[in-house]
Amino acid sequence: MRITVTVNGREYESEVEPRTLLVYYLREHLELKGAHVGCDTTNCGACTVLLNGKPVKSCTVLAVQANGQQVMTVEGLEQDGVLHPVQQSFWEEHGLQCGYCTPGMLMSAYSLLEKKQDLTEEEIRKGISGNICRCTGYVNIVKAIQSAGRQMAEKKQLEQNQSEVIGSGN
Amino acid sequence: MFPSTFDYFAPKTVEETIGLLQRFGYDGKILAGGQSLLPMMKLRVAMPAALIDINHVDDLHGWKEEDGYLRIGALTRHADLEKESALIERYPLLSKTAEWIADPQVRNRGTICGSLVHADPGSDWGAAMIAMRAEVEVVGPSGVKRVPIDEFFVDTFTTSLDMDEIASAVLLPAPVGKVGARYMKLERKAGDFAIIGVAANVIKAYDGTILDAGFGLCACGDIPLRAEQAEQYLIGRQLDDETIEQASRLAQQSARPATDLRGTAEYKLDLLRVFIKRALQEIAAELK
Repeated sequence: MRITVTVNGREYESEVEPRTLLVYYLREHLELKGAHVGCDTTNCGACTVLLNGKPVKSCTVLAVQANGQQVMTVEGLEQDGVLHPVQQSFWEEHGLQCGYCTPGMLMSAYSLLEKKQDLTEEEIRKGISGNICRCTGYVNIVKAIQSAGRQMAEKKQLEQNQSEVIGSGN
Repeated sequence: MFPSTFDYFAPKTVEETIGLLQRFGYDGKILAGGQSLLPMMKLRVAMPAALIDINHVDDLHGWKEEDGYLRIGALTRHADLEKESALIERYPLLSKTAEWIADPQVRNRGTICGSLVHADPGSDWGAAMIAMRAEVEVVGPSGVKRVPIDEFFVDTFTTSLDMDEIASAVLLPAPVGKVGARYMKLERKAGDFAIIGVAANVIKAYDGTILDAGFGLCACGDIPLRAEQAEQYLIGRQLDDETIEQASRLAQQSARPATDLRGTAEYKLDLLRVFIKRALQEIAAELK
């Protein structure tokens, strides 16, 4: 079946078998290896991507269901060589050990922080409950998400101030 | 893991969907959210010859309040009801149940009707719909009918739907009075199926007596169950320490949990009693 999917802002047209799962479509057809296959049973969340802006487990969505839709993968976070605050914070706070779950964690964290930057630990833990870290735990991951939230809020404030300055200049 | 091969169809109308079901019979499967079906297909527990993806049928999207009931369309996702403030006051059990379904990613994709049609004995929505006395709107070749939720669940993974029928919506009667609700669930790890789950939906008249009490139980038998004796006992009474205690004990009589890796039957029955008691205590405090 012929499908057209917009991934990280770029449109791709491909021929896929209906049984192709979205995660394999991304990894094998588009060579975007960011989304990982961890458990393959809709548990671990390593394959998390955003489908029309909402996190989903791409091992449990068919590629044909993404026909005509928007997908964002972890490759879409970095812009012009600059890491997204979520990526930067995971690095700074060491929110990972082996790194296998990290792409999925980043996408869930990104989606949470898009809606609200000032998250409590409980909100974060609930928000990433569909992403399993099998190495060590969630303490540094929670710290990283809180730190990213602060950075995003500061950036937002800065942009707001700048637009006010420009506004008053006119 | 790949599912085995199948033909994929994306109908645009309910009529077209039913036509496809008639053509494929039990070899055709409806795909809504796919959060139970696709894992089963990957494990080759299910191997349908045709997948009928109903996501492009516009009539099945969204929820709306109609005359005397709330109509939740077949493609309404768990996440759609999780934080829906317009429904919190009259249908509090919806958000209280939604937040317990699996995890955020699954809630973004999975549907409420899909969960009911899947008919897992551990279905959180099954228990919640029993507590709210829901009806399932069923469409088939001969038209539309409504099936009370108690008649909808037939056996484990089996509903009363015929092979050429689809569940197009679930209907909740609009409550008259003040509503209090709780969903209580014990799980082994985040997002797991229930060791036991209890849905309680209480409607209070303005004189303080109980107009209606609904209790749904999951993981307590072959299908989600109704704790009918506890319901009958509470109707017309007040919620106080004594009636709450009595109702929580009566609820145990409707449950038939199995001893398994998640716990013994005795443990689960006791958990059920504690959950009903806590739920009713919280509801009583809230509706004061």
